[in-house]
Amino acid sequence: MRSLLERSVAVAAVAAQHCEAVDREGRFPHETLQALKEARLLGAMIPREYGGDGMSLDEIAEICVRLGQQCASSAMMFAMHQIKISSLVSHGQTSAWHQAFMRRIAKEQLLLASATTEGGIGGDLRNSICAVVTDGEMCHLEKDATVISYAAYADAILATARRAPDAASSDQVLVVLLKDQCTLERTTGWDTLGMRGTCSEGFKLSATAPVAQILPKPFAEIAAQSMLATSHLLWSSLWYGIAHNAVQRAQNFVRAEIKRKPNLIPPGALHVAEAADKLQLMKSNTAEGLRRFNHAKTDADDLTSIGFAVAMNNVKTGASRLVIEIINHAMLVCGIMGYKNNTPFSLGRHLRDAMSAQLMISNDRILGNTSNLLLIHRLDSHLLS
Amino acid sequence: MISTIRKLIDEHGRLTFPATALKEDQDLYESGLTSFAAVQLMLGLEDAFDVEFPERMLNRRSFASIASIVSCLSELTGEHNQEKIAS
Repeated sequence: MRSLLERSVAVAAVAAQHCEAVDREGRFPHETLQALKEARLLGAMIPREYGGDGMSLDEIAEICVRLGQQCASSAMMFAMHQIKISSLVSHGQTSAWHQAFMRRIAKEQLLLASATTEGGIGGDLRNSICAVVTDGEMCHLEKDATVISYAAYADAILATARRAPDAASSDQVLVVLLKDQCTLERTTGWDTLGMRGTCSEGFKLSATAPVAQILPKPFAEIAAQSMLATSHLLWSSLWYGIAHNAVQRAQNFVRAEIKRKPNLIPPGALHVAEAADKLQLMKSNTAEGLRRFNHAKTDADDLTSIGFAVAMNNVKTGASRLVIEIINHAMLVCGIMGYKNNTPFSLGRHLRDAMSAQLMISNDRILGNTSNLLLIHRLDSHLLS
Repeated sequence: MISTIRKLIDEHGRLTFPATALKEDQDLYESGLTSFAAVQLMLGLEDAFDVEFPERMLNRRSFASIASIVSCLSELTGEHNQEKIAS
């Protein structure tokens, strides 16, 4: 087996080759998905006992960076898939059905999508209107899913719903729905500013599946213990990849200018330094988040603590702000060559893709949540702990 | 203590049913307690019992049921009383 690095470099090269077409045409990055399957990276985080590679979240985050440098839509598809995998790995191992499903994912390289957003609820994924209706061994679900990224290309969808028709809106479960158990009726398209390849269209989802496919833990626990943290960490990693590529382009621009006119430093060169300074902040923020997550995974109380939730929220709001600032610095360096499409210094796609970062789970919603937690949480003053 | 806790759950918990119907070991999150309401409840408890929850108690498990809240409060008010006696 080739190393993780070699495997992901090959996938990133494929993503780079098609990123312009994916963006221009607003189409799914089929080539990246195929390359991920060939590199056997879709089951990478599944434990070895179920046929996966038992990769850590750190390693998956590195792959998100590498893909984010080339094609943010590809990176987001990979990240969202791995976030669903982390829920299965963390919360599905006590269930025979989910164990077998993990084996299938690793063997057949299945792609997972997520249906957490719902009409009438908006981005508040901790509430559902729709409910699972159980009838003997089977359950039925109808969901007005306003966003399901790459649903049309996924092999299974993990959907949230209330536990039963009489359950509270926050008493949710997460259920695995296989492609052939779902009917998807498209309700909205995805002609967007950026992240155009994620094809995050809306659907009326209707599915009937065995009750055994419901994850054995309440969604509240899944969200708190794996989903929110891995989302913020993997998203921030791929945004870091976008930012890194933008800074590289700015560096290349200044180097090319100085070669052309050796005695004249371009006026925007100072912004490379500012961009590098913010890139370092972004890296520290995300890396510290990963370190904190790895620590919390060994301590259930820490994983569900208010301090941990605050830290993960901060990773996301910080990274999503910084990525836009960094690309803007790069734009000031490259000037018209960055603003134009189809130059080696083009930054339009970077900026458009990055604008989604502050919106996917709105930063205002996250800051509102954090400010509530800060009513009771006392901030730690230690620099290293 | 338990009747005060139930009263505070009614005031801050935003459950779908009254707290008198809660069993002591019943999961509050499954009964509709959101993370937002949980913080309001923690603040209410701090105020009512004149305690300050230390960071190690600020997790999901500590506030998952009436019984777990009682256990946290007993630990804190116990410490509190000992401090009072000591001083």
